[in-house]
Amino acid sequence: MTTLTALSPQPQPQGWREIIRRPGPALALLIAYIAFTTMALFGLDRTALWYPLMQIIFVPMFMFAPFLVVSAPIKTIYKVILGGVLLLLLMPLLGIYNPSWLGLAIQICVFTGLALGLNIVVGFAGLLDLGYVAFFAVGAYAWGSLTSPAGTIFTVNGWSVSPGAFYVFLIIGAAAAALVGILLGLPVLRLRGDYLAIVTLGFGEMIRVLARNADAPINFTNGAQGLHGIASPPVPGFVISFTASIGNTLGFRMENPNAVAQQLSFYVIGIIIIALIVIICRRLIDSPIGRAWTAIREDEVAALAMGVPLVKSKLMAFAMGAAFGGAIGVLYASKQTFIDPDSFQLLSSITILAMVIVGGIGSIKGVMVGAMLITLLNLSMLTNLSLQINSLKNADAVIPIVNFHFSDWPSELEPAKYGRLLFGLILVLMMIFRPAGLLPEKRRKLELTERREEVDEEPMIRDTPSGVPQERS
Amino acid sequence: MKTARLVTLAGSAALALALSASLVGAQDSQVIKIASQSPLSGPQSVLGIAIRNGVELAIEQNSQALNDLGFTVEFVPYDDQATAEVGVANAQQIVADPAILGLTGHLNSGVAIPSSEVYNENNLVMVSPANTNPLITDRGYPTVNRICGRDDLQGPTGAVIAANDLGVTSVYILHDTTAYGQGLADYFRAEAATLGLTELGFEGTAEAANFDGIIQPILALNPDLVFFGGIYSQTGVFISQARAAGYTGLFMGGDGFDSSEFAELAGDAGVGTYYTTVAGPASVYPNAAQFIEDYNEAFGEDPQPFAAQAYDSTVIILNGIAAAATEAGGLPTREAVAAAVRATENYEGLTGTITFDDNGDPETAVYFAVEVVSADPAEWSNNTIVASAVLPSPLFALQQAEATPSS
Amino acid sequence: MTAETLDSRRRGIFESFLDSKFYRRLSRNFIYRYVIYPVGQMLLFVALAAAVLTLVAYGIAILFPEPRPNIVLADQISKQLPGMIISGVSIGFVYAMIALGYTLVYGVLKFINFAHSELFMLGAVASFFFLSVLNTAGLLTDVHPVLLIIVMVLLSGAFTGLIGVLVERIAYKPLRGAPRLVPLITAIGVSFVLIDLTRIFAAVTINDFNLTLPTREIPALAAPVPFQFGSTTVNVRVSSIIIVVAAVIMLLFLNYFVNGTRSGRAIRAISQDATTAGLMGINVNLMISLTFLIGGAFGGFAGSLYSLNVGTINPYIGFFPGLKAFTAAVLGGIGNVTGALLGGLFIGMTESFLNGTLVYFPALGQRYTDVFTFGVLIAVLIFRPQGLLGERVDEKV
Repeated sequence: MTTLTALSPQPQPQGWREIIRRPGPALALLIAYIAFTTMALFGLDRTALWYPLMQIIFVPMFMFAPFLVVSAPIKTIYKVILGGVLLLLLMPLLGIYNPSWLGLAIQICVFTGLALGLNIVVGFAGLLDLGYVAFFAVGAYAWGSLTSPAGTIFTVNGWSVSPGAFYVFLIIGAAAAALVGILLGLPVLRLRGDYLAIVTLGFGEMIRVLARNADAPINFTNGAQGLHGIASPPVPGFVISFTASIGNTLGFRMENPNAVAQQLSFYVIGIIIIALIVIICRRLIDSPIGRAWTAIREDEVAALAMGVPLVKSKLMAFAMGAAFGGAIGVLYASKQTFIDPDSFQLLSSITILAMVIVGGIGSIKGVMVGAMLITLLNLSMLTNLSLQINSLKNADAVIPIVNFHFSDWPSELEPAKYGRLLFGLILVLMMIFRPAGLLPEKRRKLELTERREEVDEEPMIRDTPSGVPQERS
Repeated sequence: MKTARLVTLAGSAALALALSASLVGAQDSQVIKIASQSPLSGPQSVLGIAIRNGVELAIEQNSQALNDLGFTVEFVPYDDQATAEVGVANAQQIVADPAILGLTGHLNSGVAIPSSEVYNENNLVMVSPANTNPLITDRGYPTVNRICGRDDLQGPTGAVIAANDLGVTSVYILHDTTAYGQGLADYFRAEAATLGLTELGFEGTAEAANFDGIIQPILALNPDLVFFGGIYSQTGVFISQARAAGYTGLFMGGDGFDSSEFAELAGDAGVGTYYTTVAGPASVYPNAAQFIEDYNEAFGEDPQPFAAQAYDSTVIILNGIAAAATEAGGLPTREAVAAAVRATENYEGLTGTITFDDNGDPETAVYFAVEVVSADPAEWSNNTIVASAVLPSPLFALQQAEATPSS
Repeated sequence: MTAETLDSRRRGIFESFLDSKFYRRLSRNFIYRYVIYPVGQMLLFVALAAAVLTLVAYGIAILFPEPRPNIVLADQISKQLPGMIISGVSIGFVYAMIALGYTLVYGVLKFINFAHSELFMLGAVASFFFLSVLNTAGLLTDVHPVLLIIVMVLLSGAFTGLIGVLVERIAYKPLRGAPRLVPLITAIGVSFVLIDLTRIFAAVTINDFNLTLPTREIPALAAPVPFQFGSTTVNVRVSSIIIVVAAVIMLLFLNYFVNGTRSGRAIRAISQDATTAGLMGINVNLMISLTFLIGGAFGGFAGSLYSLNVGTINPYIGFFPGLKAFTAAVLGGIGNVTGALLGGLFIGMTESFLNGTLVYFPALGQRYTDVFTFGVLIAVLIFRPQGLLGERVDEKV
């Protein structure tokens, strides 16, 4: 059936497609692309009427460059060089030039980490977790409650830790979240997929209620007031002087070199964490536990029959996913310097899920693309669209033919408010038209495209990836 | 190798171009922008939009001084959606725009606290029209100011009025489990305890629609007064349901009640509700009549609470920028603007006379207790003031106390 | 509610009675099957839940006689008891009606319609717009209140039923046969879309987020009805009475539909085995649409009645009632219509009792009520995944 067509040779690309698949032209094109987007970003005129729109176009273009580098048909050595130039030279320079882009890059790191963590649970092991943000909260509160001056039980009793312990806490946060993941997982992992989804959803809400209320009688979380002034790791002196000197040399106007240097160090930490997570994920897929997850995801009963330890494997997936969430939580709390229970809403869980799904469940590269796309949409593109409309309002612009005055644009219809609608539409449309995501994982693509006609949820005959129909056990 | 040379060539060309472009882009412009941040959507949008409108009107009417110095003033409103995460992301975008020299904002303290960290790091001055949480200014940041009062004075004011003026002996305290509502309720609670009022209950609820379960114990305990630290969108509904269920005592709240939509939500049940506020109805201020007229003309409705405060906050920022610009003889730095704003002395605004103390609190603020008189939203500005008190900010009070014995 | 379900479970002392000729004849009687029996069942559930919870509450009062200074818990509970029961029953029926939507859809499609809570919200919003339009036209007080409410509830239900069918056709039908998680994720997406579309609609039409129903204009709804319970007078709101009466009538209709009509039988057949049902000549697609129509309509009825009770609504109100109703459906045994009713009443009443007692424990407080509800959900799923009335079904392989 469809499987066979999927495996049949693809038609060869013609014309320009063929040309850019050759290493030489691809490399030249890539360099031109990177140079163009970088220059465009440096050259943007902040006072221009269309500045927000330019940001909507060029910021994502630049941020996507690393993915183009990774997927381009060029030698690995060039990939490494170009990737290094992009991530470790151009991005920091752009970040010093305009710190909001650096902030955006850090947020992309945070959400990429979360999406990769959730991907282990949802993508690798096939367990739908709608309360993933709870693990994120555990990590964030672990660091926050020990360093915030808000007066939690820990700091009041002199348990506060020095900001330098941040790096240790990345691991402690991960461990704490993994522990919570195991504690939650133990009772609920026997449940079938949709039940599990709702239970994890309830669990996510419970964590939020607890965070909100654990200020009395013993103050663990400072309740609704949230934790402010959360410590950031100390920035090495050379980073500050480096940032300041770059700013001075290139004539960037910088309000506060210390703050920029702080952001810069968060950016580097974020990149390192993401790199580690990606390496771990890649190793996991091909490890015995990764194969066990795939088996469980494909057919739980068959996996059990083949001797795959169900509970242990599922727990492992929960714990791994939670651990990544916890570590990222520490980074997030430290970067935001403020967390409160509302930072960890169901909407965040769903947003992370949307990232995984848009990119391609199970595919590491896909999930990273999804995380970047949705973070950009959420924190930059929608806001900039609103700002664009506002600056058109200020300029009293009119759409010619229909004679629409931008000053008549109702404030309730500003795009920044409709992130939820957009994510909803993305989820629905992706599921209907491209359930495997933008960059699907190979196996998943087969799985999601093969059976559509049957009404019965468990068809009698099912194609296997090898293309040989088999009677189900 | 051919390609390797290509890489070096293209790379260095790109860098050179990028750097030259950056020097062009970094030029200063003569546009000054003022930003606002408030929830423009969602349950509290009425107050958030009022803040935005107040800022817009202030910029429209008061940028002449800056125009004379050769600047044009633009307004950029941001929607913080009443969530901290969005507020901080917006704040990062705001501080990255060098043309933005001041910010009026935030309705919710929970958003203002983390966002102001970003402003302060980047020396951007913020004047808050509405954030009453003590922590806003207690951090002592040179850039963070407010023109309204503080919850640690507002809450106790409510308790004093309940005990002394309303003759209440027992209270039941509710809050909305937000930084604002719970903070206010905590301060009310502490003062009520010192005044000897019997506390029959202290509960937090995030419920927005069905208050049946919360009302049952209140009916059984029958307190003289129910204090609700929360925002009108929740408290109005609660009061309507509590009356319908047969509770006959009094209701009291804080400045979160202060919106004409409260009257719409609570209906007749809301008449006779007391609320403390740091922003008296615009009609009580002698300078506000013109403002109400202008606001009506610009936006087609009466100003909601915090519109006048937002107007004042923005004028203070504009004055600060003008002062700093005159001194610098050109575009001032953000630090200079922040210092000029902090130095504001005896500014005669719509909502009173403002002098900032060293923490950015107004040295003295007026706290009102207001009674709702009508279920008609149009009558909101006619609510009667039952009591008012002029209270010094804690820092100012301390300085006064130190000054008195030595002199 | 189904006599059949009970048949398969009968054992012990009831057996002889259920086997008797008298009972057989009785069980064929229309009035008995579709009115007396289900009403009796509802009464039984209410009485049972009330009795159990009252005992537990007094038990707690014995353990902790004075949790706060000067407050005797037993006295407080006695004072609150009638109020707690009434508010618990009314919200319980609302949960039960929402839970039915989850259960019916789960029955035929074996998937959790996450967007169902938004149909509940849409029912409330539809009622708001219906009453508002009448109010602006000045017709609100001209119509008899009973007729007004009947029309309002039916229209809201019809509207949400159609939306339910539409959602099924657009979003779920293309996904039949896809892996389980796919329709669930779609449903989450649909839920978000419905919330925001409602928000845009409300913003554009009346430029507001909080929607206050003009029920205050209707005198018959505004004044509470005093009831005397011993020494205490309880003011029962008219809307609470309306909820209970309307819910009982609706549930009787549903019971008749599911157990007494051909379509109902077809739906039950599909939930047993869709493929075979299709082979037997049942139009499966039509019946699935019908299920969404009825499930959606019940969500709308519930929303409409709820909006009457709370007075002010907004596009976000669906989430928590939806989650609790889902808990109720799972608690009763998802796929089981009687179970949804039992679960809804149990969750509603427990919540009411918890709110009424936790308030006297300063270290806990009402804010932990929701935690408890989720706790129940998790506990049920762990110890009895098939729910109270569900039958254990081993996963088909």
